[in-house]
Amino acid sequence: MTQDNIPKVKRQRIKMQEQDVNERIKNFLEVPLGYTEEEAVKEAERCLQCKDPKCISGCPVNINIKEFIFKISKKDFEGAIDTIKNDNSLPAVCGRVCPQEEQCEAACVMQKTKNPINIGGLERFAADNEAKNFEIKIPVIEKKLDKNGNPIKIAIIGSGPAGLTCAGDLAKKGYETVIYEALHIPGGVLVYGIPEFRLPKIIVNREVEYLKKLGVRFELNCVIGKTFTIDDLFKMEYKAIFIGVGAGTPVFLGIPGENLKGVYSANEFLTRVNAMKAFLFPEYDTPVKLGEKVAIIGAGNVAMDAARWARRLKGIKEVHIIYRRSESEMPARIEEIKRAKEEGIIFNLLTNPVEIIGNQHGWVKAIKCIKMELGEPDSSGRRRPIPIKGSEFIIEVDTVIPALGTKANKLLTSDVKNLKLNKWGYIEVDENCATSIPGVFAGGDITTGSATVIAAMGAARRAANAIDQYIKDKEI
Amino acid sequence: MYEIMGKKELAKDIKFMAVKAPHITYNAKAGNFIVIIVDEKGERIPLTIYDWDQEKGIVYIVFMEVGTSTKKLGQLNKGDYLYAIAGPFGNSFHIEKYGNVVIIGGGVGTPAIFPIARELKKAGNKVISIVGFRTKELLILKNEMETVSDNVLIATNDGTFGKKGLVTDILQDLINKGEKIDLVIAIGPVVMMKAVSDLTKKYNLKTIVSLNAMMIDATGMCGVCRVSVGGETKFSCVDGPDFDGHLVDFDELMIRLSAYKDKEEESLHYCRLNKKIKDELK
Ligand SMILES: Cc1cc2nc3c(=O)[nH]c(=O)nc-3n(C[C@H](O)[C@H](O)[C@H](O)COP(=O)(O)OP(=O)(O)OC[C@H]3O[C@@H](n4cnc5c(N)ncnc54)[C@H](O)[C@@H]3O)c2cc1C
Ligand SMILES: Cc1cc2nc3c(=O)[nH]c(=O)nc-3n(C[C@H](O)[C@H](O)[C@H](O)COP(=O)(O)OP(=O)(O)OC[C@H]3O[C@@H](n4cnc5c(N)ncnc54)[C@H](O)[C@@H]3O)c2cc1C
Ligand code: SF4
Ligand code: SF4
Ligand code: FES
Repeated sequence: MTQDNIPKVKRQRIKMQEQDVNERIKNFLEVPLGYTEEEAVKEAERCLQCKDPKCISGCPVNINIKEFIFKISKKDFEGAIDTIKNDNSLPAVCGRVCPQEEQCEAACVMQKTKNPINIGGLERFAADNEAKNFEIKIPVIEKKLDKNGNPIKIAIIGSGPAGLTCAGDLAKKGYETVIYEALHIPGGVLVYGIPEFRLPKIIVNREVEYLKKLGVRFELNCVIGKTFTIDDLFKMEYKAIFIGVGAGTPVFLGIPGENLKGVYSANEFLTRVNAMKAFLFPEYDTPVKLGEKVAIIGAGNVAMDAARWARRLKGIKEVHIIYRRSESEMPARIEEIKRAKEEGIIFNLLTNPVEIIGNQHGWVKAIKCIKMELGEPDSSGRRRPIPIKGSEFIIEVDTVIPALGTKANKLLTSDVKNLKLNKWGYIEVDENCATSIPGVFAGGDITTGSATVIAAMGAARRAANAIDQYIKDKEI
Repeated sequence: MYEIMGKKELAKDIKFMAVKAPHITYNAKAGNFIVIIVDEKGERIPLTIYDWDQEKGIVYIVFMEVGTSTKKLGQLNKGDYLYAIAGPFGNSFHIEKYGNVVIIGGGVGTPAIFPIARELKKAGNKVISIVGFRTKELLILKNEMETVSDNVLIATNDGTFGKKGLVTDILQDLINKGEKIDLVIAIGPVVMMKAVSDLTKKYNLKTIVSLNAMMIDATGMCGVCRVSVGGETKFSCVDGPDFDGHLVDFDELMIRLSAYKDKEEESLHYCRLNKKIKDELK
């Protein structure tokens, strides 16, 4: 029986092909392989083309999902990507890394049958197909000039998803946009955090190259607050500034043994492996030293990424996740947990580390943990983990990677007088992303704390519109 | 890409380099450091800003070849390019009139004390510099230090130049002679900074050290540079690199610095192998 004879609501979601587990733990390539043209069309045909498409309100940037899926079903792939790009400038990225099951796909009516449309998969298809088959279109841009006929300059600080989006939008509006980035590579967490096997760096590079064609200039190796201050930027004739510096600084456990050799923050580990390519040591100069057994503390997405990276590195025999609550409280995406399990990662749940133990050379040799049980719900609504007296035990490991999240990095914010911060140290902004300093806007993780790529992009787009309005109002 | 404008060998394995990097000179101050990446496959390594020329947009560094990155750097010449330079990082040294300052440099710590001595002298301090080297062949920046100090005292371990012994021996002499000391600054190998801090603690002399922890980003993002100071964990790149020498856990720092010794040998071996292959192909 062909699919055409089955009513749409009963058709099963088209499964995306994946790399086999035994293969993928030996390489660094992407795990889901993406839809073929035929698969994409089939999946798109499942969409009910709802009168009141709930999916759209589930997407933080309100992509016209119904329309782009319709175009894919009609094989108008070019039209599909154009529709997506009206609202999202990084579709190849979002199609891969958005938590769709909490956003667009959670809102899709087909969720009722537990069989929502694979919106992320289709978005990814449209973007990859464009890169493969079409010349990327560069819009004709009319330069915005000030009263004296000079270009109007805007500075963007940070080249993560927030910075890239804001820069792209402003460049398209005709502004002369310059991105200042602290690291030697652009992309923020997209390059130094999210692993190659979830988001190939070539995709981020593609977006960066596109921005360059739009006329965006990248000033790498420039740390704002150090290399130049915000005041310096205003002195350099920038008329407005967007801050998108991310959340940034790692949280440690606060237990004995944390400064032993072999304890890495998730940021350090991921930076070494991802950005500095330690997995290609000694061809690349940056090493990472792990031993045979690795323990990751925490069960969020960052923890899964670190665990799965470790699993793929030479010489690693065991990778543990240590988490103090139970499976149902794990904050990571279900899909990522599933993949981690398939790849042989060992989950130690209801387990809390109390001490890291070192050998005579100062290297980690084990981690002492205590068993936990769940009590009454706490302020977060999740049941509070309580240690079980006398249940301490030892897991032998040579590497410990705390992946407990990040807090606000003060490098930039402490340098700016009058910049209002909230009690966690993040920048306070209004609904237009305006900060307490006129002409200075901010968005992404530095205003919200660790969030998502799409949330950072959404804020950056609002900021770009607000900056445009600010410049118009000031009649520069 | 950042052009190398000049290079000079100061002593065996110790080189001076001038690099075009106007963005660094814009806000550079005494006590700041930079992070460099030699080539596309390189690692990020921190080096002190020895001096800078804002007009020409040039930074000057002095480094010792100890491992892969510094050796690769040493092989580059005038007209070659560095892949990346970021900075200036770290809190600059707080310059004010302290009175009599003894500033101590050990080995390649000497280029790091040079700009600080200069600024302190400009601010009206009496600056006594003590510099120490293993042997006469490794003695660097003697004349330069003389131009920024009221007095330069030199020690070599083997007695081939200046006083035979360690910088702490000279410091002890000064203390014994009753020299009035308002501040001690020590920059160099960890063992030396520890020895100086141990000594000055006995006499209750305020001592500042500049920690050379391992670093990657130098922006507070990774935490590899963490050190224990007064029982608290600090990130030396953003909270330092200068700390109160009497509060630093030097033993922990020494252990942490040894983390990649064997990997370094593997990397060097790889470099040599590669060079050999390249040489054979020629
Ligand atoms: C390991 C990991 C996995 C993740 N997985 C997902 C996922 O699957 N899906 C998802 O939606 N989200 C994920 N996230 C979260 C997501 O990556 C972030 O929410 C998002 O990147 C925030 O974007 P941003 O532009 O605000 O900041 P960032 O991406 O952090 O970028 C900030 C940039 O600013 C630069 N910078 C910082 N300070 C300065 C300065 N002073 N001067 C100049 N430049 C500076 C930084 O070097 C960086 O390049 C993940 C995060 C991590 C760490
Ligand atoms: C803030 C700061 C300023 C510095 N300024 C200078 C300077 O002006 N001139 C200079 O020559 N060096 C300086 N250093 C030290 C310099 O960064 C290291 O020598 C360099 O990173 C070594 O890199 P490598 O690849 O050549 O050797 P590696 O392969 O990294 O190491 C070779 C050997 O040196 C040891 N080592 C590694 N890192 C350090 C370190 N940070 N300090 C001491 N020993 C280390 C290793 O344990 C190993 O035994 C500074 C370090 C810091 C943190
Ligand atoms: S951007 Fe993210 S949330 Fe929006 S439609 Fe695409 S995958 Fe869904
Ligand atoms: S809610 Fe689901 S079925 Fe309806 S239009 Fe959106 S994607 Fe299609
Ligand atoms: S070097 Fe990464 S936080 Fe200091």
